[in-house]
Amino acid sequence: MASKVIHAYYNDDDILMQAVKKVKAAKHHIEEVYCPFPVHGLDKALGLAPTRIAITSFMYGCLGLIVSIVMMNYIMIQDWPQDIGGKPSFSYIANMPAFVPVMFEMTVFFAAHLMVITFYLRSRLWPFKKAENPDLRTTDDLFVMEIEAHGNEAELQSLLASTGAIEIKSLEKE
Amino acid sequence: MASHYEAPIRKPLVLGDKGYHDVSVDIAAPVEGRANRQWWIVFSIALAALLWGIGAIVYTISTGIGSWGLNKTVNWAWDITNFVWWVGIGHAGTLISAVLLLFRQKWRMAINRSAEAMTIFSVIQAGLFPIIHMGRPWLAYWVVPIPNQLGSLWVNFNSPLLWDVFAISTYLSVSLVFWWTGLLPDFAMIRDRAVKPFQKKIYSLVSFGWTGRAKDWQRFEEVSLVLAGLATPLVLSVHTIVSFDFATSVIPGWHTTIFPPYFVAGAIFSGFAMVQTLLIIMRKVCNLESYITVQHIELMNIVIMITGSIVGCAYITELFIAWYSGVEYEQYAFLNRATGPYWWAYLLMMTCNVVSPQIMWVKKIRTSIVVSFIISIVVNIGMWFERFVIIVTSLHRDYLPSSWTMFSPTFVDIGIFIGTIGFFFVLFLLYARTFPVIAQAEVKSILKSSGERYKKLRAAGQPLHPSIQSSPQMTYQEDIPERVEELVEKIEDEVTDTSTDAGAKADDLLASLGTFNPETDKADDLKKIKGIGPQMEATLNQIGIYTFDQVSKMTSREYDMLDKLTGNFPGRAQRDDWAGQANNFKSNS
Repeated sequence: MASKVIHAYYNDDDILMQAVKKVKAAKHHIEEVYCPFPVHGLDKALGLAPTRIAITSFMYGCLGLIVSIVMMNYIMIQDWPQDIGGKPSFSYIANMPAFVPVMFEMTVFFAAHLMVITFYLRSRLWPFKKAENPDLRTTDDLFVMEIEAHGNEAELQSLLASTGAIEIKSLEKE
Repeated sequence: MASHYEAPIRKPLVLGDKGYHDVSVDIAAPVEGRANRQWWIVFSIALAALLWGIGAIVYTISTGIGSWGLNKTVNWAWDITNFVWWVGIGHAGTLISAVLLLFRQKWRMAINRSAEAMTIFSVIQAGLFPIIHMGRPWLAYWVVPIPNQLGSLWVNFNSPLLWDVFAISTYLSVSLVFWWTGLLPDFAMIRDRAVKPFQKKIYSLVSFGWTGRAKDWQRFEEVSLVLAGLATPLVLSVHTIVSFDFATSVIPGWHTTIFPPYFVAGAIFSGFAMVQTLLIIMRKVCNLESYITVQHIELMNIVIMITGSIVGCAYITELFIAWYSGVEYEQYAFLNRATGPYWWAYLLMMTCNVVSPQIMWVKKIRTSIVVSFIISIVVNIGMWFERFVIIVTSLHRDYLPSSWTMFSPTFVDIGIFIGTIGFFFVLFLLYARTFPVIAQAEVKSILKSSGERYKKLRAAGQPLHPSIQSSPQMTYQEDIPERVEELVEKIEDEVTDTSTDAGAKADDLLASLGTFNPETDKADDLKKIKGIGPQMEATLNQIGIYTFDQVSKMTSREYDMLDKLTGNFPGRAQRDDWAGQANNFKSNS
């Protein structure tokens, strides 16, 4: 269903933050804010839940560590044990010191890459993805606040105008 | 609310009267402009060196490693020296972006992008050497632990050389995603400024459709922080493991427990020196002196001085421990290093690495661009000789005096080395023309705390944001033309109201730009000019400006009038240089 949204343009991060607080205080739901650079504290002001991406990274790291241990145990201890430099491959734990570098590297490898892949998928970033910012200037110096209007357009517009928006657009959105 | 406070004693990191839009314009300029003569000259030289290197590599692979200067005593020399040298240079990028991020050093933002690019390009050079040294590089995949057709043989996980494979490939790939993730918002900025369809397509592709939602930025910041946390031990582990290639052996001069920290310090030392060399040139060529300031150069010099001192301590500790160990082979290895036939290489290493950075204690010297540039090159020469000294002098006089010998490189050894320098510069020069060389989104986020404009405003007790306008520009999808009509009416009203002065000015504006005759002239697409959107175009048309020709005649006088008439974004037309842009479009059409 087509709904009406209002785009309020701001040219300053401080004004944007004040505006977000004002709009929030007036009990309106802010659909989205598009920024050219990270504005610290904006996620809290908008009431966004904290991101859990760091937790996923920790879990991926644990996975990498386990994979490296299973892999080296199979290769060096189970499948083809050798006596290298007078250090026979009897058990994983006895030979573990030599495996530490690879265990560390694989932990980092998994934690970093899988986290970045998770980030790209969650934020819908990949090659040939079309950008969805409402205005070309939002990657330069303008901030856009998107609010859905439910028949209260005039009220919203006067509220937004009082927050220091430099441009207010209302448009249909599918 | 975000606090932008920064102690006034801190010097500004972005010089000049720069706002957010200025940062975009300055960083996009090298990408949007055309390459000049010097760029083509340097690029051709680098390309020639690369081709020479490719020739030498092809010769090595088709003839065999025998074409190198190696012999049965010195069986590891230039290739591994170059490998360690390039890996070492590849350390500064991640160090700057990861360690300095964890320490919240804002000055990293001007240099991290280029430092990371340099890291990736130099690790690529480093990786070439072991692959070439394999002799049959098409079998390079044998270093990967995959079940193979030769029976159930596996790679040896006890070997530091295999650890190297894991360390370097993890380092290269993690640095690459770290770099690319940071690039997304900046590519998006260039994408949204691009006017030519081809560039728009390319930058849309590489920016992965970055949109800049609040949630994206929240994740982006978290991902950067976690990647920095992962990359910091990673970068330390890489050169530690490289040093294991030597330290786990039983060769006197290599079998040293001090190697890991000593190699890491040396790597940071040479990496920063290379960043210094590249950025001193880049800030000049790309007009980035406002972002990469003398303060940045000074801070890098301090890092070079400190790491140089750590390296110096390591050299002296090595000598002391060799003597203190009481092992005569160890003692001889170090005595031979300093006083044997390779004394000149040792002396060069000591002077370049230990003595030369010490002059940075003098403030006048470490803030001098010329001296910094020279020292940065001297340091990298010294660091190349450090690796040469460690590797060759420890090998050339081994346990058996009958096999003592000297090493001399062949033209193939030298050719491959020169080739990698060429390859490195080819990559870096291409990068400098096509990538946003400064992390502009990050710079914008510190502009209010560390930019000169905002520091001045704060010192003057003025607000850091523009005054809130009481009447924003309202537009509705349905009635844009009406709105413009109204706007123009309003302008005309104002003009007539304040009759004498403003009225004359409005006529003046058209008089000086020339009028548009719809019968003889063709209207141009003014939106091609950066800074003119559909809105502004409509406004200009209403005033009577339709062609590039008219816009190209605008001077600061006309800009001022236009600002007065429209009231939008004062000063923007001048900063974006509409007239200059229009002139280009005019001559193109």
